[in-house]
Amino acid sequence: MATDTALPALVLVGHGMVGQRFLEAAAERGLTESHRVVVLCEEPRPAYDRVRLTSYFSGTTPEELSMTDPEFIEKHGIELHVGDPAVAVDRETRTVRARSGLTLTYDTLVLATGSYPFVPPVPGKDATGCFVYRTIDDLYAIEEYAKNNASVGAVVGGGLLGLEAAGALQGLGLATHIVEFAPRLMPVQVDEGGGAALLKTITDMGLAVHTGVGTQEIVTTDGSASGAVRAMKLSDGAELATDLVVFSAGVRPRDQLGRDMGLRVGERGGIAVDERCRTSDPAVFAIGECALASDGRVYGLVAPGYEMAQTAAAAIAEDDAADGFTGADLSTKLKLLGVDVASFGDAHGTTEGCLDVVYSDSRSGTYKKLVIGGAGELLGGVLVGDAEAYGTLRALTGSVPPLAPEQLVLPAGAGAPAQLGPDALPGDAVVCSCHNVTKDAICEHTSLPEVKKCTKAGTGCGSCVKVIEQLLPKSGDGGLCGCFALTRQELYEIVRVKRITSFGRLLDGHGRETARGGEGCEVCKPTVGSVIASLAPSIGADGYVLDGEQAALQDTNDHFLANLQKNGSYSVVPRVPGGEITPEKLIVIGEVARDFGLYTKITGGQRIDLFGARVDQLPLIWARLVDAGFESGHAYGKALRTVKSCVGQTWCRYGVQDSVRMAIDLELRYRGLRAPHKLKSAVSGCARECAEAQSKDFGVIATAQGWNLYVGGNGGMTPRHADLLAQDLSDAELVRLIDRFLMFYIRTADRLERTAAWLERIEGGLDHVRDVVVHDSLGICDELEALMREHVAHYSDEWAETINDPERLARFVSFVNAPDIPDPTVRFAPERDQIKPAPPEPSESPLIELEGLSVR
Amino acid sequence: MTTTTLAPTTEGTASATAASATATATATVQLAVGGDWLDVCPLSVLIPGRGVAALLPDGRQAAVFRDRAGRLYAVDNTDPFTGASVLSRGLFGSDQGRPFVASPLLKQRFDLETGRCLDEDGVAVAAFEVRAA
Ligand code: SRM
Ligand SMILES: Cc1cc2nc3c(=O)[nH]c(=O)nc-3n(C[C@H](O)[C@H](O)[C@H](O)COP(=O)(O)OP(=O)(O)OC[C@H]3O[C@@H](n4cnc5c(N)ncnc54)[C@H](O)[C@@H]3O)c2cc1C
Ligand code: SF4
Ligand code: FES
Repeated sequence: MATDTALPALVLVGHGMVGQRFLEAAAERGLTESHRVVVLCEEPRPAYDRVRLTSYFSGTTPEELSMTDPEFIEKHGIELHVGDPAVAVDRETRTVRARSGLTLTYDTLVLATGSYPFVPPVPGKDATGCFVYRTIDDLYAIEEYAKNNASVGAVVGGGLLGLEAAGALQGLGLATHIVEFAPRLMPVQVDEGGGAALLKTITDMGLAVHTGVGTQEIVTTDGSASGAVRAMKLSDGAELATDLVVFSAGVRPRDQLGRDMGLRVGERGGIAVDERCRTSDPAVFAIGECALASDGRVYGLVAPGYEMAQTAAAAIAEDDAADGFTGADLSTKLKLLGVDVASFGDAHGTTEGCLDVVYSDSRSGTYKKLVIGGAGELLGGVLVGDAEAYGTLRALTGSVPPLAPEQLVLPAGAGAPAQLGPDALPGDAVVCSCHNVTKDAICEHTSLPEVKKCTKAGTGCGSCVKVIEQLLPKSGDGGLCGCFALTRQELYEIVRVKRITSFGRLLDGHGRETARGGEGCEVCKPTVGSVIASLAPSIGADGYVLDGEQAALQDTNDHFLANLQKNGSYSVVPRVPGGEITPEKLIVIGEVARDFGLYTKITGGQRIDLFGARVDQLPLIWARLVDAGFESGHAYGKALRTVKSCVGQTWCRYGVQDSVRMAIDLELRYRGLRAPHKLKSAVSGCARECAEAQSKDFGVIATAQGWNLYVGGNGGMTPRHADLLAQDLSDAELVRLIDRFLMFYIRTADRLERTAAWLERIEGGLDHVRDVVVHDSLGICDELEALMREHVAHYSDEWAETINDPERLARFVSFVNAPDIPDPTVRFAPERDQIKPAPPEPSESPLIELEGLSVR
Repeated sequence: MTTTTLAPTTEGTASATAASATATATATVQLAVGGDWLDVCPLSVLIPGRGVAALLPDGRQAAVFRDRAGRLYAVDNTDPFTGASVLSRGLFGSDQGRPFVASPLLKQRFDLETGRCLDEDGVAVAAFEVRAA
C-alpha cells in the first residue's frame, strides 16, 4: 500500500487509455509500492476503450468499454479522483490544483491529457445540434438528439473517425452526409486509388459523400448562433439541409496545462518530450496524444501512446536500459461495419526509391497497394474493399515477403497461388501493434483467452485477432482439434468413402497419434456425430442419433432432443412447417403448456417454444404432441430449423406465387437434415420480401415467372444479405438446386460454419459455388442429389421413435438410481403470469424422499 | 405413457470392447459415499463417453462417466459456474490422456480425476471414488 504520505508522490493528470496503461506499467515496475500514486480524471468515469467507442451504437455498454478494474486500483493503493480535472500547476512549489480545490504536491508529474476534437471556426459552430465525437458523453448526447430532433445528419470530416461517426449516425436511422475538404476520403491513410474504391463502398452503403468542399457556415432555424441546426452552407455555394452536425475535423493535443506551466510546446501544439518522454522540466513527463515526441510528431493512435506509457514508467523507475520512444508505426484499420479499409507502414510511398504494386477493381470496390523498398522489402500499403491480409502484411512490414508482391495483392482465383499465412511471419514480427506483441510472444501460448490475458494482444482494436487465432497450435496445422490433424471436410470424405460409422474407429484410425485410443474432445465429438448423421443413410449408419455410440457424440441438446436452459430445464419446440398451423394444433400446444406449467413464447422463427420442462417430463410432453401430429422441430440440432413464409398469393394482393405451400414443401423435404451448422430458410410471395428470405441460408422469392433462389444469408451477430444464385426457376428446378447446394455445403464447410461464412471463405466464392451446383463443373451433382434423395427417403421423426421405444426412453430420467425422483434443483419463479428459472439455492437442503436409494 | 423406469440396456457399442480390467457387463457401478458403497446402476447402462446423474443420500448429486477403456469417473453434478445440476449431461473427452467433462452450459472443462476446472484457476468440483463390483 502506498498511501503513506512520506513516500514520494507520483501524480497522473488524465485517466484515458494511455493514462491507464501508464498505471499498469507503473504497477509492474513497483512504482505503486515506492510512490503515493494519485490520478486526476476529468471525465465522469475512469478510463475506457476509446478505440472501440463506436461499438456503443452496436450495443456495447459503457461498462463493457471500461478498461479500469476497480480491484487493480485498490490493490495498488492508487488514489483515483473521478470527475475532477487538474486546473493549474505550480512548478515552483510542485503543486497541482484540481477543480474541486484539492491540492496535491508531486515529486513526479505525468501529463496524459490526450486530445480535443478540432472544431473549425465557422459561424454557427456552437448551434444546438452540433457535436463532437470523442467521449462516451458525446455519444449519449448525439444519440439523444438524433432520436428526438433529427432525421438528417452531416459529418464534417471524411477521415477515419469521421467515417466511423457517419456509420454511427446512419445506424441511428439518420440520412447521413459526409463533407470532406480534401479531394478524397481518408486522405491521411489512403492514396487516390484507394480513395476512389472507398468512395464506391461508402456510397453503396447509402451515405452521401461530398469531397473537395469545405463547411462555410452552420445555418440555424432562427438565425441565431445558438439556435437549432437547419442546414450547412458549403464552400461551393450549395446548402445542405441537415438537423445535426458532428465535427470530426481532426484532433489537437490538449497541451494548455503544459503551456500554462511554461513547458516547451511545439509550434503546432503538443508538449515537447525527449526519448524518455520527459518534458523540458525533468520532474514532468508527457505521454499519449498530448505529447510531441522526439521525432517531431504528435501521434493520434493508441499504440504509440502505450509505448510512451511504458517508456515513461521505465524512466521514472530509473531503468536506463529500457527502450526510449523514438517513433512508431501508423497502421490503422477502419472499424466501420462492412467496410474493409486498412493502411500500414509507409502507405504513401514516401521512402526514397520505393515502388508500388497496385491491384484495382473499381467494379467490386477493391483496391490494394503495397509499397516495396529497393531491396524488395515490404514498406507499407493500403487495402480497400478486402483487408483480409492486413494482419499478416502489417506484421511482415520491414521484411522481404516470401511471395512476390503481385501475388500478395491478387484476389483468390485470379492467379494468386496461395494466401500468405501467418506461418510465413518471422518470429519478431509485431502481430498486435496496439500492444506491440510479437509472433514469438504469442506462440508461447495455446489459446486466445490465454494470449489476451498474458500479453494483452488482441484486446485493443482487435484487428490482429484473426492472425493470432491462426498462430495458435490448434489451428496451426489446420486440424480440427487436438485429436484430429484433419479438417472437417477431410473427415467428411473419409467417413463417406470408407463408410465409417463409429467415432472410435475414426479416432483410432485417423486421429493424431497422441489422441488415438483416447476419448476425443468437445470439438471433434459433435463434429463427427454431425458428419455421421448427415451421411447416415448412405453409409449404413443408424439415422437415429441417440443409438449406440452415436449417443455419446451428441452435444447436450441433441442428447435429450431438447434445448438446455440455464437452470437445467429444457425447452420444447414442435415443428410448424412454414409457420402455418391449425386452430386445433394451437389448442393442443396451449393445453400441453398449461398442463405441464410451461412458459410459452412465439419465437423469431414462426413457431412456439415451450420452456421449463424437466428431463423426465420431455417424453410425457412429446407423447401428447406426437399424438396430435407434431414432430420434432430440431431447435436443438445443427440441422434445418425453420422455413418461414409470408402469406403469399393465396391472400395477399401482391403475391405472385404460393409462398406458404413452397415453404411447407421445403421444410418437410429438408427436416432432420444435419449440417455443419443450423440451416434456416424462408419463402416470400413477391419482391416485397415479408418473409425476409434474403437473411437466410437459402431464401426463395417469388417472381411472375417462378422463383429466385438466394443463398448465404445470415442474421445473428454478423448479418449478411444472401446472394442471388439463380433466377426464375420452376418448382422442380428450385428444389433440385437447393438439394445440390445444401449437400455441397455439408460436404465442404468447416464445423460451425454457417453458409454465409462458408460462401465468404470458399475459394472462388459465389461464382465457384454456382459453377459447381448450377453448371456441374465438378461432375458431382448426381452424387449430391442422390445423397439428398437418401436423406428424404430415410427421414423419420426422432421424437416419435423415442417415445415408442422403452429402451430409448430409459435415458430420460433425472437420476439413474432414482428414476421416479424429479431433480429438486430445477426451480422456477413466477413472472408475468408464467414461470421463469429461479436461481439455485445451494444452502437449502432439498426435501426429497430418499428411500429408493440402496446403500450397502 | 408413464413408463420412465430403468430397463438395463444391452451392450450396444462397437468400441466398448469392455477390456475393462475392473468388471464384466453384469457388474454394478458403485460410488463411495459416507464410508459406504452406493449402488448407482448396472454397468451396462453407462454408455462410454456419456454421463448419468445419481442422487446421493444427503441430497447431493454425482455425475458418473465411463470411458472407452471401461474406466469409471464421478464428480459432483453441480456446475459451479451456473449452479445448475448438469455436469452429467456435458461432453466427455480426453486431453493428453486425462479425462474431462465440458459443462453443457458455458463449456468450462473439469478434470474428472481431480475435479479441477481446466479453464479457470481455483475452481473445482468434488470428485468421488467409483468402482464396478
Ligand atoms: C427461441 C429463439 C428466440 C425467440 O424467443 O424468438 C432463439 C433462441 C436461441 N437461439 Fe436464436 N433463437 C431464435 C431465432 C433466431 C433468429 C431469427 C430467425 O431464425 O429468423 C436468429 C437470426 C437469424 C439467423 O440465424 O441467421 C437467431 C440467431 C441465433 C444465433 C446467431 C447465429 C449466427 O449465425 O450468428 C445463435 C448462436 C448460434 O447458433 O451459434 C442462436 C442461438 C440460440 C440458442 C440456441 C442459444 C442457446 O444455445 O441457448 C437459443 C436457444 C433456444 C431454446 O432454448 O429453445 N440464435 N436466432 C428463436 C427460435 C426460432 C425457432 O423457432 O427455431
Ligand atoms: C471514435 C474514436 C476511434 C478511434 N479509433 C482508433 C483506432 O482504431 N486505433 C487507434 O490507434 N486509435 C484510435 N483512436 C484514438 C485513440 O482513442 C487515442 O489515441 C487514445 O485514446 C489516446 O489516449 P490518451 O490517453 O492519450 O488520450 P485520451 O484517451 O483522450 O485520454 C485523455 C484523458 O485525459 C483527460 N483530461 C484532459 N485534460 C485533463 C485535466 N486537465 N485533468 C484531468 N484529466 C484531463 C480527458 O478527459 C481524457 O479522459 C480513436 C479515437 C476515437 C475518438
Ligand atoms: S412478400 Fe409480397 S406476397 Fe408476401 S406478404 Fe409481403 S407483399 Fe404479400
Ligand atoms: S492490433 Fe489492435 S488489438 Fe492487436
